[in-house]
This record gives sequence, C-alpha cells and structure tokens, in this order.
Amino acid sequence: LGLALYAGSLCAVSGATFLYHDYCVIGAGPAGLQAAYFLQQAGRDYVVFERSHAPGSFFALYPRHRKLISINKQYTGKSNSEFNLRHDWNSLLSHDQRLLFRHYSHDFFPNADTMVRYLEDFASLLKLRVQYNTAIIHVTLEKNEQAWNGHYFLLTDQDRKNYKCSSLLVAAGMWVPNVVNFPGSEYVEGYETVSINPEDFAGQTVLILGRGNSAFETAENILGVTNFIHMVSRSRVRLSWATHYVGDLRAINNGLLDTYQLKSLDGLLEGDLEDLAIVKDKKGKLHITLRFYLENRNISAGIDSITLPQDELDNFATRAPYDRVIRCLGWKFDFSIYNRSLRMMPGKGNIKKYPQIKPSYESRGTQGLFILGTASHSVDFRKSAGGFIHGFRYTTRAVHRLLENRHHGVPWPSRVYPITQLTNSIIKRVNEASGLYQMFSVLADIVLLRENATAFEYLEEYPIGVLAELEMQTGRKAHSGLFVIIMEYGRNFSGADKDVFYYNRAVGEAQHAWQSNFLHPVIYYYKHLPTEHEMKLRPPDWLLPRPDAIHHIVEDFLTDWTAPNAHILPLRRFLENCLSTDLRNFFAESCFLFAFTHQKLPPFCQQGYLRMQGLVGSQELRQHAVQAGLLQDYTHTDFSGDRPPDSHDGSQEQVMRDHAIPVRPLQHLVNAKDE
Amino acid sequence: MAAQKDRWVPSLLFLLFCASSIPRSGSVGLQQEPSPQHYFSGLEAGKASLAFFTPSVSPGAQPFLEQIESSAEALQDYGISVVKVNCPKEDVSRYCGKENALRKAFLFRGNRLIREFPTDALFDVNSIVANVLFALLFNEVKYVETLADLENMENVLKGKSNMVFAYVPATGTAEHRAVMEAAFAYGTIHQFVLTTEAALLKATSHDDPDVSSAWLLFCHCQRATDPGQPCRRTALGQPLTLLNIHRHLKLMGAPLVTEVAEDPEKVSTVHLQLGLPLVFILSQKETHEADRRTAEFVAWQLLGKAGVALLSRDLVDLNVLHRSNVALKTPDEGMPIQYLVLEDTDEVITLVEDKNKVKQIQEDEQQQEEEEEDEDEKENNNQDIQDDQVVEAVSRDKKRELPLEQVLVLTEENFHSSLSEAARTVVLFYASWEAVSLAVLRSYAEVAARLQGTSGVLLSRLNCWDWPGLCSQQNVTQFPTLKIYKEGQQSVTYDGMWGTEELSSFILLSRVSCPLKLATMDEAEGYLRGEFPSELSSHHHTSFLGVFSTATGKAREAFEEAGNILSGHVRMGIYFEDDTLALSRKYSVSPPALLLARSGGQSVEGIALSEHSVQDVVQMVRYELLDVFPEITVPNLPRYLRLGKPFLILFSAGDISQMESKEMLKLAKGRAQRAFVACWLNLKKTPVGHGILRKYFSTTPSLPILLWVNLHSGGQVFRFPPEQSITEMSVLAWLEKLQAGLESPSSTLSEEDWKPPLPAYDFLQMMEPSVPELSPHTSPHAGDTPVPHPPKSPGGDTAGGDTATREEPSQESTAEGVGSPGRDLRGTAPRLAARDKQGKRHSEL
Repeated sequence: LGLALYAGSLCAVSGATFLYHDYCVIGAGPAGLQAAYFLQQAGRDYVVFERSHAPGSFFALYPRHRKLISINKQYTGKSNSEFNLRHDWNSLLSHDQRLLFRHYSHDFFPNADTMVRYLEDFASLLKLRVQYNTAIIHVTLEKNEQAWNGHYFLLTDQDRKNYKCSSLLVAAGMWVPNVVNFPGSEYVEGYETVSINPEDFAGQTVLILGRGNSAFETAENILGVTNFIHMVSRSRVRLSWATHYVGDLRAINNGLLDTYQLKSLDGLLEGDLEDLAIVKDKKGKLHITLRFYLENRNISAGIDSITLPQDELDNFATRAPYDRVIRCLGWKFDFSIYNRSLRMMPGKGNIKKYPQIKPSYESRGTQGLFILGTASHSVDFRKSAGGFIHGFRYTTRAVHRLLENRHHGVPWPSRVYPITQLTNSIIKRVNEASGLYQMFSVLADIVLLRENATAFEYLEEYPIGVLAELEMQTGRKAHSGLFVIIMEYGRNFSGADKDVFYYNRAVGEAQHAWQSNFLHPVIYYYKHLPTEHEMKLRPPDWLLPRPDAIHHIVEDFLTDWTAPNAHILPLRRFLENCLSTDLRNFFAESCFLFAFTHQKLPPFCQQGYLRMQGLVGSQELRQHAVQAGLLQDYTHTDFSGDRPPDSHDGSQEQVMRDHAIPVRPLQHLVNAKDE
Repeated sequence: MAAQKDRWVPSLLFLLFCASSIPRSGSVGLQQEPSPQHYFSGLEAGKASLAFFTPSVSPGAQPFLEQIESSAEALQDYGISVVKVNCPKEDVSRYCGKENALRKAFLFRGNRLIREFPTDALFDVNSIVANVLFALLFNEVKYVETLADLENMENVLKGKSNMVFAYVPATGTAEHRAVMEAAFAYGTIHQFVLTTEAALLKATSHDDPDVSSAWLLFCHCQRATDPGQPCRRTALGQPLTLLNIHRHLKLMGAPLVTEVAEDPEKVSTVHLQLGLPLVFILSQKETHEADRRTAEFVAWQLLGKAGVALLSRDLVDLNVLHRSNVALKTPDEGMPIQYLVLEDTDEVITLVEDKNKVKQIQEDEQQQEEEEEDEDEKENNNQDIQDDQVVEAVSRDKKRELPLEQVLVLTEENFHSSLSEAARTVVLFYASWEAVSLAVLRSYAEVAARLQGTSGVLLSRLNCWDWPGLCSQQNVTQFPTLKIYKEGQQSVTYDGMWGTEELSSFILLSRVSCPLKLATMDEAEGYLRGEFPSELSSHHHTSFLGVFSTATGKAREAFEEAGNILSGHVRMGIYFEDDTLALSRKYSVSPPALLLARSGGQSVEGIALSEHSVQDVVQMVRYELLDVFPEITVPNLPRYLRLGKPFLILFSAGDISQMESKEMLKLAKGRAQRAFVACWLNLKKTPVGHGILRKYFSTTPSLPILLWVNLHSGGQVFRFPPEQSITEMSVLAWLEKLQAGLESPSSTLSEEDWKPPLPAYDFLQMMEPSVPELSPHTSPHAGDTPVPHPPKSPGGDTAGGDTATREEPSQESTAEGVGSPGRDLRGTAPRLAARDKQGKRHSEL
C-alpha cells in the first residue's frame, strides 16, 4: 500500500516513462464510468482511458437506427427509488438523483443520442477522471513482487505514452464486428456501414445474415419499401419474451416475424453461413449458392459456369436473386491489444466472442485484470442481464467491493441485525432490491449467521459463482451457517421452444411455491459454506450445490412479496426451522407471561421486551389477537378478589374449573413444544 | 355376491375350529403305548404320528415330556397322534436300545420314518407343532435362502397361483407355528415360502425392517402377467398369528373390486364380515371405465384394510346428492352409509385409515365442504395458519382506517423542511408491510390524539418502503424506529416500550432539555417540587437535580452526558449558579451532588456525586427510579428483571391491604433487601397474572398469595403457606427454610427452548422426485412394495382440457403429477364440483 502512496507520480522504468495509477480503466462507456464512480467514491487513485473525445463512443454510432431497446419506465406507482431501478434499464448507479435516465428522456425506448448525452453528464457532473482521446493500443505485464498481484500492467497509447497500473479494469466493450468469410463475402455490406435511409432500399430484394436484434432492427427499418427480406442464420429465432433473456429478439424489433407469418413475402431461413457462397451475375444481382459447388471451380470464370442449388433442386428456397446482402452478426471483444503474457483467451463454444473470466469477473489468465461491462457477459450469457447496463452496473459494483477488500482491507459492506429482524431483512430486500432482481441467478444476498443464531450479518449482491471464496473475498466470516437469497425463474419454464402462456402457468399457493415459474425469490440454507469442490459438483443447471434446506417464496403477479400469510409466514417457518428457534412476534403481555413462566424467552421478547422495548399494542389489536385465539384475555376471568378465601369449597372449585378451561386455546402458544 | 359369500362360510368355520380347539383340553391327549412292538403294529398307513421312546424310568427327559404332552392336543387337530412308547429294560432295538435315540422324537407317516427330532428342537408347544408340521408339509412349504431362489419361485408361479412369503426370525417360534398352521390349511391353494434369512427380509420390505420380528407378504402372482415385473405384494400389517394370517389370506382371496348393482345397504362382502369397512366408488355410465380404474387403484391401496365396490348409479336409485362420489359402509351394525364428495384418492385412503375421521364425517352433506377444508388443513399440518399474534392482529385490523390526520406524512421532498417547522419533530419510521411497525403505528395514532394541541411538537411518520434512501440516510435500519429531531441538535432515538402511555410520556418529557439548566434558586426549588417547568407540571415523576459548583467541570460533564442518554425518560435538572452553596446547604449536601425528589414524596434526598462516570450516573438514576416495593406491571417488569434477583411477589386480587403492604415494605427495606425483589401484582390491573398463577397451580389459587420465584436460577416457585398470615417475621422464617432447602417448590418454570412452532414446507424433499440430480443418493429403493400404476387421470374425459397442458414438460413435475399417481378423483364427480378448487392460480383471472 505504501507503494501506492508515492506512486501516481512519474516513475522511470527501463528508460520509458510511466504515469502510475492504482487503477486503470479502459473505456469510458457505461461500465467504465460506473467503475470510475465507485473508485472515485472510495477515494481511489484511478484513471479512465477513452479513445474517443467523449464518453460512450459506441452509442454515438450504435444502434444504427438509434432506438435503444432498454426500457425507460417513467412510472411504477411507487416512490421507492431502489425498486424503481428494477424498471429503469438505462441509468447508472450513483447517489445523484439528477442522474436518473428518466430525467433525460420520456421515451419508453429512448434514442441512443440521449444515452451519449447522459454518459457525458454522468462523467462531468460526478467529475470522473477520464482521459479522452487516449486509445490504448498495447497492454503488457511487468513482474514485480511488490505489486498487488505480482505484476504491474503497462499500457501504451496511440502516442506511445506509457501508463502503469496495479489493477486493470477492462471496460472496452464489444466493438469488433463479427465477420464470416465465404466465397463472395466481399459483396456483403456490414451493419456498421449500411445505409439507414429506407429510400435506398426501395424496390430491392434483401438478404440479411444474422438473427439478432441488429438484424431485425435493420429489417424493421426497410420492411415497408423492399420487395421482400430474407433472413438467414444458423440458429432458430429466440424471442426474449419466451426466454426471459433481454439479448434475444425483443418484441419491439419483431415486425418481420409478423410479415413472414402473415404471408407477406418476407421470410426466415436456417442454415450455416459457413456453407454459403455468393456469386454476382452480370446485372449485379447476387445469387446464393453453396461453397460445396464452388470447390473445384474458379469463381472468376463467371456465373454461368457455377452450379446454383436451383439447378439441381428447382424449388431451392433462396433461389431468387438479391439486390443486397447485409451482415448483422454482432460484435466481439478486441483481443488484439493484449500481450501474450496476459493470456487473454476467448471463451469456448457460444461464448467465444468474450474473454475468459472467472465468476468474480477476474481474467482467467491474469490476476488483477477484471473485465467489466458487456464483455463480462460470459458469466451469465443467455441467462441474466450481465451484458447490459441494467445488469453490469451491479456486477461492476460487486467487482469494486471485491477490490476494496482485496487491496484496501475494506470488507464487503454489511450490517449486523438481531435475529428477530431476519424475516424482515429478507422481505425488504426481495421486494425492493434491484440488483437481485436484474442480476437474478448471478448476484445474491448473503446472510451470515452469528453464533447461537442470535444475530446475523447481511451482505448484499455478492456474485454466487464465487460463493466458496466468500470469506476470502469479503473479509467476513461464515462460521455458523448462511442463507443465500437469490431470484430465479422456474427451472423448466422458459426456453426458445416453450409455450410460456400455457394455462395454469402460475402457482398461487405457498405450499407449491417450488414450482413457481416466474421470477421469484429462493433462499438456500447451508450449515457450512460450500467448498470449491462442492460448487464444482453441483447438479447441472443448478446455481449452487445442494443446500441443507431450501425455500421458495411463491411467485407473485405484482412481484410484491409482502403478503402476511402467503409470503411472510412460510418464510418465517423456513427460517425458524433452519435456526431451530421461534421467530414469532409477541405483545408485551405475552412476554410478561413468558418471563414468569419460562426460564428462557423467545428471541422477540428477549431482544425487545426485556430491553424495555416491548410491543404493548393498542386495545383493538390485542382484542383481535384474542379473537384469533392467539392471546388470552384474562380480564373477564377476574373473579372477585373480595371473596373470602375460605368460602364454600364447592363453589370455589367450580370457579376454578371455570377459569381453568379458557387456558386451552393459548396452550399451543405457551407450550410451543407440546404439539 | 351371494355365491361368494357361501364359499367363505366353511373356511370361516374351519378357522373358528382351529382357533378354538387350541386351548381346549381334555378329550385328546398323550397316548401311552406299553411297548414298541405294540406301537409299530398299530400304525395306520398315511397317518402321522410323533413318537418318543423312553425307558421306564428316566428322570432326565421330564420337562421335555411335559411339552410333548401339552402339544399332543394341538397336533391332534392336524391328525397327528403323539405317542409315548415305553421301552422295556431289556429292549435293545433301534429306537429303544441306543442311548441317543432316547433323546429324540420320531415322526412317522404310516410306518415310514419321516424325520427324527432332537429333543432340544422341541422345546415348547410352538416349536413342536411348528417343526412337526414343517416336516410334514415339506412339499407345500418351500424354504428359501437367497433372493434368487425367491425370484425363481415367483417366476414359476406367475399366472398360476399366488404365493405367501413369510420371514420368521427363527424356526420353532410362535410365528413359525402360525405360518405352518396356515400352510396346513392353505398349502394347496397358495404356495407357501418360508425363510429365516434376514437378508431376504431386507430385500423384500422397504425402509429398515426389524429382523427380530416376523413378516408376511401375500404375493399376487396369479394376476401377474409381465414376466419382468415382480408380483404385487401386500404385507400383513399385524402380528403373525394364525387368526391374522387367515384373515389376511381371506382378504387377499376376495375380488379386488366388487361390482355392485343393488342398494349398498344390502351389500355385504367378506370385508364387512371380517370387520372391515367397505368403500363404494359411485360410478356413472359415462365415466364407468375411468371409475373402475380409480376403484382398482384405491382397492390396491386399501388391500387388507377395506373392501372396494363399484356402484353404478345408473342402476341403483340413490337418494343422495348428485355430487357424491364415494360411500363408506362400516361393519358396525345400524351405522348408516355415509355419502361423501372427495377430491382425490388420497382422501379415500385417509378416510379408511383414520378411523376417527370416519366418525367425524358423519355430518350431513352440507357440512362436508367444511370437512374438506379441515382435511386440507390437516394435510398442511396447519403450517399456513398464522400463529403470530401480532401479524394476525394487524391483518385483522387492516381494514380500519387509522385516525392519523394529526400525523404528518413525510416524503423525500418535505422531510428536511418539516424538521424545521416545529421546535421538535417526532418521526416514526415504519414499513407499511411490516406487522410490528403497523402495530406501533396504531399506538402512535393514539399518542397523536392524546397530544393534540401540545405546542412545540410535530408528530410525523415516514414509510421506509416508499423512501428507503431517506431511511438509510437517517441511519434507520430496523422498523419501527422513532426519533425526535430538534433543530441544530442530534436526534434522539426512542428506546422504550412501544405503548401509547410510554410514547406520550417520552414525547412530553423530550420537550424540555435534559438536563434542564435552572437559572435561579426559585426555579430550582420549583423544579424539585415538580412545579417548574410548567410543561412538565402535569407529569408526576421523580425529579433529579444535579448541583454543581462551577469548578467541578468533569462531574458536570458526566451528568450532562447522562442526561442526554436518559432524555425523555426522566426529569433531570442542573444548577450551577453562584448561589449553589446556598442550595446545597439547604439540603445539606456538598456539590457536586444529586438532589432527588420523588413524586408525591415530601422529602428531598441528597446523594454525593464524585468521580462518577457517565455510566455510573445513568445507572444510579435508573436505580433510584425503582421502587422499594413496586407493583409489578407489564411495562415495568423488565426494569426489575434487570436486577437479576429472585422475586418475592404477592399476587393480589385488587389493591393490597394496609397490613400486607406494611409488612412487605418492612421486608423490602430489611436487611435482605439486596437479595431479592419484593413486589406485588394487582390482578385487576394486570390480569395476565391469572395466566401466571394458572401455569403454576393449574387453577387460580385463593388470593392473596405470596410466592418466591427464582426467575434467574433454577426457576423454582415456592408458595408461602396460605394458612400463615403474611408478616415480616413469618416470611423471613419461611425464607430461611427455603434457603435451607426445607421447602419443596410448588412449580418450576419451564426450561424449554423456543423451538419452531411448526415445520416448514420441505421443498427440498418435494423437489427431489422431479430433480433427481438433487438427490444425495440416487438409488431408488429396490424392493419396495410395488406401487400399482393406475392411469394418471382416471377422470378420462373430464381432464381433456388439462391433458394438453399436462404434456408441457414443466408440467410433468407439478404436485399432482409427482405426489401420487392417480390422485385425481375428479372424473367420478360431475365437472363443476371438481373445478371448485381451481381459480387460485391468478393467470385464470
């Protein structure tokens, strides 16, 4: 740490001059600025490098048709700012109320220019330290045992200026267009440059490669003026309302599905782009053929010598010649600037466009290098929202908290409560927390139990992928068991080919809560922190290893989990049974009775009444409790004390018998164990 | 039906014969044979006899002989004679001659020797009968040692005849005898298989069987057609006695489902004759097939417990509700048949298995709806019934509009501006979904009504569910929290009882700074009299006045800091003017000192303050607030509990008499005062005291009653002898006896821990069947009693609409799907009845 103090100044290593910072952030997009905000709040030495002259350069260009598909909900009927973030997909996290996106746009799907303006404001109002016009073109390592991670990161910009940092946060986004190479791919236009003026497409026949939102957005724009549009992609279309994944095709872009299914000439095809070939005829029309046919031929020999599929199969689907072919295949991470020693490897399979990272967002190849923002989506690709602003604003905060603990000895923020607050703490969070809600199945709240279960510590939004490392990563101790609170969709509910509107899809009763399909809170209980090994051996499709007990709070139509009987009561029973205690609330009068009749008191009486903070309750309430049979009313049993004690035995007995009976209804309350 | 009935009669008679003949004595007994020659010549072909040879005089075999003699009767029933052959002294033939032959018994059929038994295998009647029959029934009863043997046997029998498989811990036991006796009667009908191998027991019964008790299975191999599947099995749920085995075999032999087309009142089956109930599944033409499947499913479940009949409503004119789908006939004479509307087959099974329930459901049709609900509750174990008194009370009160007009609603916008509106702003931080804070909100409304018109105080509330940011900014992390804000000063957080009384008092006292700086002697005097300041004059409280000479800075600071801590709970004043000495002289103290005027009291006490830390002052003030002989109430008990002493408490029906009060006060002030809390409880004012007395004495004893309660150690409760009058002397004498351990406690406080009142839903267990990878051990129980697999939805056509959705992969794992196959009984009741329970799923709205 001492190093950091005199660093920040210039230091000369092996001839070159380095400008030192503890933290370097590459990219001043949403994730980079979000990281900068937290670093600034914590008073850390950091700098953000941005190749453009302003933040959010990606949004200055993309999406080409300028409509963001992140919702900007103005009204929710609630004033709870945390809750409202659940339906605000564009704002970054900050303490500044002015920096809410709804102050910038009233559009439900705002214009991308607004995002650029917002990011500019975010950087300037919060006075974030961003160095613009600085494109980092090379990153390498310098071994040094005194460095935080055993090495420094050496960064070089386009002017050969050098920078040195202890920790590198890569928030560079995904901006390298995905390109497929096949014979004739030179005739293909890219999404990046294709005209966005519909008039340019009037009366044309268009083939679009790709099936993501950019492909459909492009189609949407020209739908009205083209002859017809065909769309080719390897995978079938995935609708985000069927998969719960915001990266799949959003309903706002799906006009082409309508025209396809309503027989209006447009159409969707499945096929591997790698097998494709395009040949241009003399009129400039583009014909689709297969690479297979071209293998032994010289493409320059002219179209006539090339076999087209329709020559053999005369109803071949894409036999019509196209005027234009547009590639909308998305983007990938720019791996090129990292020196080999950083071992920045692409992921495997469908996440090969992302760099390989651990669930803690740290690079698998290099310690101290964290990937933030949309490039970190490999952790929850096709599952949660980590690739989008409304998701990575939380994961960035989580990374910041991990770093605070690792490098500055600041443990993960937490709060200690008496055990009587356990049910309430969980209910409060599942009802308002936006990080849990947006980053469902990725970030979880953790309840660490203190000894004897009299108190607990509450940690918010910890990445569950590294649950096993919790003690090391947070600086908090989990020696007496823990609860993991997380939001999940039903396991079998969503998917590209599933009917998500079937009858009786929603569960209404608490006892069937585990079958809930919609997003709902799930609480895992572990007597011991799961080990790394147990995390590895967890059942497939399971986020966590088998817990000692599990609770589902039944899905709710309003996502309002505050119903006393359907939500809170079953949760309380679950917690009680995990902790083996009684978590009911009691009026002071009950505690008074227990104090005289029991050697031990329930936690609520112990932590309230005995500390002079008993819940007296109004007359009406106590009356209600009496009517419910949960409180005994003794006022009517007040037999005359004036009666001399030695009155007739018979009547005395009668009186006593009369009084003995009403005790019954309360029995289960007093003798909790008798049942 | 009638024909079947007749068939049962002879075997029943036989049973009665067997059962009754065993204890009969007299007519048959041990035959005496004078000589071996005589014996062998008298043997009839095909007739079995058990013979033992004994020298004329042989004292050693005496106990064995007794057993043989008593078994003779039993064996006689099976046509086996028991003969004692006297060996003449000189006889050296095969049976008489050898010494060791004399220690054996010989079983002959005709004159062929079948088996010789060492006498130690024939230790009692049971072993003799069991072993003899075992030997005779060698062909009828197979003995198996391995599972493979058993399975082979089963396979051979499939489609041919049924098998009775018995495990006995050892041969020669009473159970073994019962099995053999049963085999004697049924050996030609069913194949009997016997084992003593515990491993076989484990392989054929589920969970952990007790290897020391016998076990019998009826294997329905005759009906088994699939060679790959094991035969269905029905275990005998009762101890292995001849009677039980017989009953079991009779029941197994009865038809699974009897189709009935006559008035159920007239129907009788073997089940009713054997004292078991008969369940009728009421069927209709349209659903007949499905109903029959349901009936068969139920019948398999109830096999051995009740009979099942399928009653066609179209053929019988029943005067019962159209909705009824099940009827129950009990064997008791004169008991009317009950007609019920049940939702699934589990209910039928519970109906039979829970005899008490049968009695409960004797209500008329209209009440059955309620009954069903009860049953649901029973299933859930009442888990979904609210047992939290506060939550339940609040939800019962939720429709009442609270009189909160006097209470300002704070928001993020008006919070800071409101704080400057009044001299003091009281803010209740609560959460609108949280029961405890809603309960406090109700008291708070009462406080608002009570304090209406009080100047200088603004009551307000802030819903943290609406404004979480503001609440955490104000450091509010728990609900409810009450804070009093005063401009320019730190807010004070309330830490007292959440009652109207206590809250009001706190708010009122908080209007005056604590400690209150007094400027003149007059003010100081007025303060001690409780007249100054005027805001507090209506408030009767003990007043504390710190008197300081200006020089004593440290003690003053401690006192002032203590005042901050105790703010709102006590009246504290401070005086450090130039004429301090005059004041202190008046009350004969030297500053720094504390003057203390109890409310209602005349005198002013003085206590020296020196070297007191803040905590010391706080503690001293708190201690001084305690009464010597207090009346214990719900709000003040914790203050006395804190002392950690036993209680000497006088329960009184109303106010205590002067006499008692005087004596108790003497006790309290006496030398022992430091050792216990002397107090009393007014049952009129604190009626919950009745609850305490009832807990101690199970009835309310005569009052007043003096008790010694060890609240903190041991929890014993001692009762002062009611015949003695309460005087200082008598009580002290009694206390001495207590200390010496000469008294025995009347009651002891429960030591129980506060465990969860009810279990939680075990979702982990529910998930396991549908998520097999979750299960820690994946191997299913191999040898379970086979569960029949009836159609999933016997309702057939009624479920038509649902079937489509059921094919949804996710639906495979719904409760009904997993819970138990064939639960759905909807098909047997008309459609509308079945839909009653729907609609709890909101997507239908």
